[in-house]
This record gives sequence, structure tokens and C-alpha cells, in this order.
Amino acid sequence: MVDNVNTSSSDIILDVRNLKTYFGTGEKAVRAVDDVSFQMQRGKTLCIVGESGSGKTVAARSILQIVDPPGRIMGGQLLYNAGGEAGNATVDLAKLHPRGKEIRDIRGHDIAMIFQEPMTSLSPIHTIGNQICEAILLHQNVDKAEARARAIELLRRVEIPNPGVAIDKYTFEYSGGMRQRAMIAMALACNPKILIADEPTTALDVTTQAEILALIKELQISYGMAVLFITHDMGVVAEIADEIGVMLNGKLLEFGPAEQIFYSSQNEYTGRLIDSVRKLETSARRARKSTVSDRKLLEVRGVSKIYPGRKTFLGSSKASAPFKALDNVSIDLYEGENLGIVGESGSGKTTLGNCLIRVLSLTDGEVLYRMGDGQIVDLAKSNKHDLRAVHREVRMVFQDPFASLNPRMTIGQIVGEPLLVNGVAKGIELRNRVADLLATVGMPPAAMERYPHAFSGGQRQRIGIARALALNPRLIIADEATSALDVTLRSQILDLLLDLQDKLNLSFILISHDIGVIRYFCDRVAVMYKGQIVETGLADKICGAPEHPYTKALISAVPGTHPRDKRIVNRHRYTLDPAGGKAA
Amino acid sequence: MSELNTPAAAAVQVNMANLRGGIEYASQWTLMWLRFKKHKVALVSMYIVLALYMTAVFSEFLAPFDPEIALRAEGEYKAKAYHPPQGIHLFDTTHGIRFSPYVEVLKEKVDPETLRKLYVSDADRKIPLSFFAHGFSYKFLGLVKTDIHLFGPQKKGDVFYLFGSDRNGRDMFSRVIYGGRFTLSLGLIGVMMSVVFGIFLGGISGYYGGKIDWVVQRLVEFIISLPTIPIWLAMAAALPKNWPPQYRYMAVTLIISLIGWTQLARVVRGRLMSMRGEVFVVAAHLDGCSEWRVIFRHMLPSLASHIIAAVTLSIPLMIVAETSLSFLGLGLQPPAISWGVLLTEAQNIRSIAVAPWLFIPGGAVVIAVLALNFMGDGLRDAADPYSH
Repeated sequence: MVDNVNTSSSDIILDVRNLKTYFGTGEKAVRAVDDVSFQMQRGKTLCIVGESGSGKTVAARSILQIVDPPGRIMGGQLLYNAGGEAGNATVDLAKLHPRGKEIRDIRGHDIAMIFQEPMTSLSPIHTIGNQICEAILLHQNVDKAEARARAIELLRRVEIPNPGVAIDKYTFEYSGGMRQRAMIAMALACNPKILIADEPTTALDVTTQAEILALIKELQISYGMAVLFITHDMGVVAEIADEIGVMLNGKLLEFGPAEQIFYSSQNEYTGRLIDSVRKLETSARRARKSTVSDRKLLEVRGVSKIYPGRKTFLGSSKASAPFKALDNVSIDLYEGENLGIVGESGSGKTTLGNCLIRVLSLTDGEVLYRMGDGQIVDLAKSNKHDLRAVHREVRMVFQDPFASLNPRMTIGQIVGEPLLVNGVAKGIELRNRVADLLATVGMPPAAMERYPHAFSGGQRQRIGIARALALNPRLIIADEATSALDVTLRSQILDLLLDLQDKLNLSFILISHDIGVIRYFCDRVAVMYKGQIVETGLADKICGAPEHPYTKALISAVPGTHPRDKRIVNRHRYTLDPAGGKAA
Repeated sequence: MSELNTPAAAAVQVNMANLRGGIEYASQWTLMWLRFKKHKVALVSMYIVLALYMTAVFSEFLAPFDPEIALRAEGEYKAKAYHPPQGIHLFDTTHGIRFSPYVEVLKEKVDPETLRKLYVSDADRKIPLSFFAHGFSYKFLGLVKTDIHLFGPQKKGDVFYLFGSDRNGRDMFSRVIYGGRFTLSLGLIGVMMSVVFGIFLGGISGYYGGKIDWVVQRLVEFIISLPTIPIWLAMAAALPKNWPPQYRYMAVTLIISLIGWTQLARVVRGRLMSMRGEVFVVAAHLDGCSEWRVIFRHMLPSLASHIIAAVTLSIPLMIVAETSLSFLGLGLQPPAISWGVLLTEAQNIRSIAVAPWLFIPGGAVVIAVLALNFMGDGLRDAADPYSH
């Protein structure tokens, strides 16, 4: 019995027992983490997965006792075993004073943490080098020159090119991926035993995410760290997890080895979570009867959007060069077709969407739209009056369901606004139309009297869709319409749009960074990179057998849903110009 | 967080409480009022401001005497100048205690050594007061002709001076009440004009940006760079002397509000600029709204609470501006009565020494300005959702 405890305690580096972290006290306390128990193995990766509000971040923060007040650890044990030469001394982190010396020695030294948003967790007024050196000097007895040498070595370890120069740069001079690398370098400064990573790749593009995940995996092996990885993305979990904990509403539903969770999960919620990701690996369009006709609805010819460089005060020389957001983009859309535009941030996909509907004006090119009455309009040159007519037929669904609804207007006013200002309906007729529209998107008519803040993200996106449908449109441009939603809601909204398409004779342009969403929803896909369309083709072909090397890199960086695949390790890499590219 | 997939027919019966997830929702005005109520000083100030504006509305009813007429008691041949304030005695104790408010009559006497006029108590003579007494006749709210006042001497023709009398023997109490009417309304109207200028110019500046913004902002900077008092003085001095009081009143209001709109214009511009990129504004455009409708229906309502707070904070500035101008003799002119005009009487040391009660209008200005400032502070905190 005693032997048994000893052997297990040397394998287990952190034993969390019945952790309870509440916000507030008494009856009304929000139980963010409610009786959660799990163990972390030395040198293994534990993924805690859950949707927004499930308490996964609070659980991770409780370990370091950095929960924001009024949150407090109300009970349970956090048994940390440093192991190694220090002997088998076990510390209960929950018992330490949150501002005491003991926990401060553990924070950063034994247990390091990296955060979701590297821009806000790095100081903008100190150089990257200064920040890493500070972490080293705080916990280790070395002089400044030594610390700097170590910092450069760390930057080299996290694959930042030219670390000797990069160390003296500021945060804003780094790209998102490089910032996250710098964060990791800082976390590694004192050879931590445990690395807590709180959604470290959520704000990053899919190819950068793959790089970071591969880096964490590689460092974990060479440093022998245990990693606690917090994420909402089942795909990421499949790529890196050794063990998985699934959280919902503060409770740990399931805990076990990765393969067991993925292939023989008993829990209904876990099943749903995995299914909703796997669902996006199929095409819903092929399952339905095709609505694509051979009549062109929209013809985009040589569209460019150039942001001019700023002149200096005297207007003589240029302070910054002009920026080509769109470079000679051409694409067709047929009636009844779902066209996907996919690309990473900065690829110009949103600019293209805004140019098509003329929220932004074009620098060059033409956008030929065939109106319902057969007349062909060039949106690039049409005047205000014509544009109004076009905007009745071409509607937009926006990314952020919180920002796109006016907080000072009721749902009835928001959905009814296009009907009202276009003189389609008013008074009681308007109310009936709005009620019909809300019913179409599965909302009760009682929602009309309420303000947007009373609804969840998924409901708000439905309201946004109802507004888009108000004027019986023929084309809907959906700009990242599902990316702000939890994964289980994503396919619901996409299914809603597909149902509407069957009923209402619609065409869609879906702009997204998410290959899964594109594959599920679209007939044809255009891949954008640096303002250009690099490849266009049928969705199956682009997602299955891409030709262009960038598309290959993009598709192969998408995390899969099978832990055995390890797709990220075998991914393609693509660099346009080797000089600014990623170091090997 | 529950998604509603119910078909329309069944959805009619969805319980709203379930839809809310058992949480009550309040409109932003309710929330603002709840936050404002917590600010006790602001709340008290709000009641004071309300009371002040009520006196401005019902001046004739509240003032016992006509403020423009030198009061002469029956049987006296001239008005009593610089008569000191008389306290009201609520209870008559001569024949047991009973409620019967009165004032003691003061007799005029000349000090034989200094030859100064003195008022000494003449305990035998009392002037009984009553509520709803008959006095000078006026039109209640400009509609009903009446001569009933809230309080006054029981016998029509008797006089008393609650706040003393001025150089001409006119009742200061009535004059302060009437002065409040001009000063407070001028503050309000001046702010209204500022708001119209400020929202319009700030609105187009923030919404359109570019050249229009450049022109408006340079104009604002130019006006702000002008030294205020000399400009007011110059403009007020340019007003024709023979204008009737109401013309002068409007002109002075305009002059004062000419400066006040600049701050509001900047606030509105900044807010609109940051809001212009908001997705719901783009959505409103795509809905087919005209630019006018986008600005006034979609963008400005989000600013309403901030505008109200800014307005409350700029009324005191207007009041002080009017008072200073009139004090210097360049704002309103007698016979018009405002607190500033009343304070011109307290310009020299002699009158202060002889009749310190001439300063009472100054006290009224201080109370009004402080109350409006506290109330404005409270409103601003309440309007800011991030103030905690």
C-alpha cells in the first residue's frame, strides 16, 4: 500500500483533488469550478476542453492562485510534487497564501503559464529581451550578461529567426505567432516542470497554430515538462493530448487517456462535442440536392483595392508605401451556388466581401451583378440610387453577433428596419412580417420586444440572419458568420442557412478562415493569400487534393479529429519569400 | 444559452421568464437611474435644481411683491431704502401661543452722531402675514388673471422685507426670485443652442471626417483659443443700447452659447468617429437607411446619456457667464432682472458695508451652480457603464 502511493506520486506531478473555485459567496455564488479532480503525469500533456463559460480557464488559474477576485478557492487540494533531487516533498498549492513567498517561488519557476492573447500579456514598452531577462533574473542567481545570453538561446529554441537582433525588438514589431513564441520562451526561462497553456493558439491563424503546437510538443519532449493545455478546439486536442478532461458548467464530465475519450467515450456531451467537429469534416452540400444553375449571378473581374501610402506633413515624400489589399481578383458566382472564400488573417478575404457589397470602394476592376429583373449592374461604378436597389437583393451577415446588432434598438426594430426604410411595410403589417422572419430562423415572436443583450450568441446570429432575409434577398454574403460561436452552435447555424437556401432560392458567399466550415457548406472554394486568389475549385478537391503549395500547407495545418493521425507533425510548410519566412 | 428551435406556433407560448433564463433585464435608463440614486449628493442636488427651476416657473406666485416697484407702506411718503431683512415670527406669544406668522415693523431713525440711517425694532407694531394673500395682480402661468400669492401681508398695502430692500426700496426677496427666472432660463436656453450647434457640427464632423472634419475642428480650436471674457465683452458692447430687454436677452444667450458648443462638438465627434466603424452602423447602411437616419436613429441614441450629462455640466458655465456679463453691465440691463443685474448693486464697498444683504443673489448663484455641478457629476458617473 505504501509502496503503491510512492510509485504513483513520483509519476504524478500535480494531483488536483475536489477543487472548488467560486465567485462570490453564499447561495448566489457562481460555481466556476465545482468539485474537479484530475492528475497530471510527468512529461505528458493533459488537455482540458470545454465551451466558453465551462470553467476551464478558472481551473487552470486556480492552480497558480491567480483567479481574479471575487473568485476564491473554496475547497480541495492541489498537491504538487516537484520530484527529482528535492525528494518527494509534496506541497498543497491551495494552502499557500496567494501573495506569499512560497507560491511566488513556484509561479514562473516550477509552473509557468502562457496566455491566449500575446499582445496583451507582453508589455508594449519593454523590449522582448528585457522581459525574458527579467523572468530569468527574478528566479535565478545570474548576472545580466548571463541572463541575456540565456534569453538569446531561448529565442533560438523557440525558432525565432535571428535571435541576436530580435531580442532588442519591441512587442509590436513581432507578428502574432512570434509573440506567442516569445511568450513561450519567457515561460521556459526557468525550466518549469509544468507549463500551463491557456488557449495559446486561439488567436492565431491555422498555419501559425500548427507551428506553435509542433513547437510546444517538441519542447515538451526535450524539457520533459508536463503540459496543461486549455482549449475549446477538439481538433487541437486530438493533435497533442495524451490525456483529456472534458468540462461543462464547472464540472469535469470525463477524464481519461486521449484515445479512450475519442473512440470509446461514454459521456453524451463529449460525444456531441466530437461529433460536431467530425460533422464539419463532411460536406452537407453533397448530401442535399444541388441548387446550382448555370446562370452567372455575380462576375468579379480584376478587382483591386489599394490603400494609398500616407504622405508626410509637408506632402513631399511618402511616409509609408501603398498597401495592396486586393490584387486583381477575378471570380464567378452562379445562381444557387455556395462559394467559399478561405484564407488567413490579412489575406484580403474580408476586404473582398466588403468590396463586393461596396461598403468599401474599389480601386480598379468591375463587379457585374445580374439583378432579379435580368439587368446587369456594375457595382464598382453604380451610384447611390442603384446601390440601394442592389442592397435589397444582396445582404450581409456579420461575424460578431454582439457588435452587429444596435444595442439601443429592440429585435423588432432591428429586423424591421430594412422593411421600414425601404417602404415595404409598416405598422401592423411590419410586425407580422417581423414575426414571420423570426419564426423562419427559429425564434419566438416574443423576442421582438427585447433588446439584443437578452440573447445568447447563437440567438443573435439568428436575428442577424432574419434581418438579412427581410427583403427577400438573392445573395447573402456571410463574413465569418460562425467563427464567434461555440463549435456545437456552428453546424446549427450552417444547417439553418442551408435549409433557408432550399426554401428561398438563395446564393451564398461564405468568407471564413475555417476549412471545416467551408468544406461543410460550400460548392466551390477560392483560396486567398496576400490579396490574391491562388486557387479556385470544387470544395471536395480543394479540401482533399489541393494543387497550389499554399493550399496544401493550409489544408495540412488543419487539426484532424483522430489522435492517431498526428497530422501536424506531417504537415506541409509554405513560404512565399524565403527571406521573411520561418526558420527551420 | 438555450437555443430556440421551436416552430413558430409552439413558440408563442414560450414563457418569457424562461427566455430570460430567470434573470431580470432593465433598460439602460433604469440602470442609469439606479446608479444615479446611489450618489446621494447628486440626488439631493437634483431636488435643489428642480426646486430652483420651479421657483423660476412660478415666480409671480411665490414673490409677495412686484419686484420693479419701490414699496411704500400706507401713510408713508417715501420708500424705505436699504431696509434690513426682517425675520418671520411663526408664533404670536402675546395672548398665549398660537400659530400666526408676523414680522416686526422696524422704525427709521437717524444716528445723531454719524447721521446714518438706522432701523430699530418697534416691538408694538406687527404686520400679520398669511398664506394665499392678495397682492399685486398678475397672470398665473400667463393664462389666469389673479392676485393670490403663496404668502404675503394679511392686509393689502402692508410691506415687509424678507431679504431686505435695495437702493430704491424694492423687495430683494421678490427680485431674487424674478432674477432666477432670467438667469436659470438663460442657462437652459443657452445650453439648448449649444446642444444644437454642438451635435450638428460635431455630428457631421465625426460622421463624414475628411475635409469637413478638418474645417470644423480648426473652427473649434480657433474659438477655444479666443480669450472668452474679452470676446463676450466686445460682442455685448456691440449690442445697440436701445434694444428692448427681450432682444437683449436673446442676443446675450446667443453670445454665451457661441462658446459653449465647442466642447460638446468635440465629444460628439470623437464618439461618432469611433462608432462609425461599428458593424451595426455598416448594417444600418446596408439596410438602406439614409445617412441622416443612420446618424440620428442609430448612432446618436447611444450618446444620449452622455449628452445629457454634458448638458447638465455646461448649464452652470452659462449661469456664471451670464452673471459675470451682467455684473460688468454688459449683459442684461435694468429694468430686466437677473442675478447678475442684481449683483451690480453690490459693486461698491459702501453698499456692502451698509447693506450686506445685497449679496444674497450671489448666494443664489453659488447654490445653483454647485447643485447643477454635483448633479452633472452624478449623471456622468451614472451614464458611464465602466465607472466601477
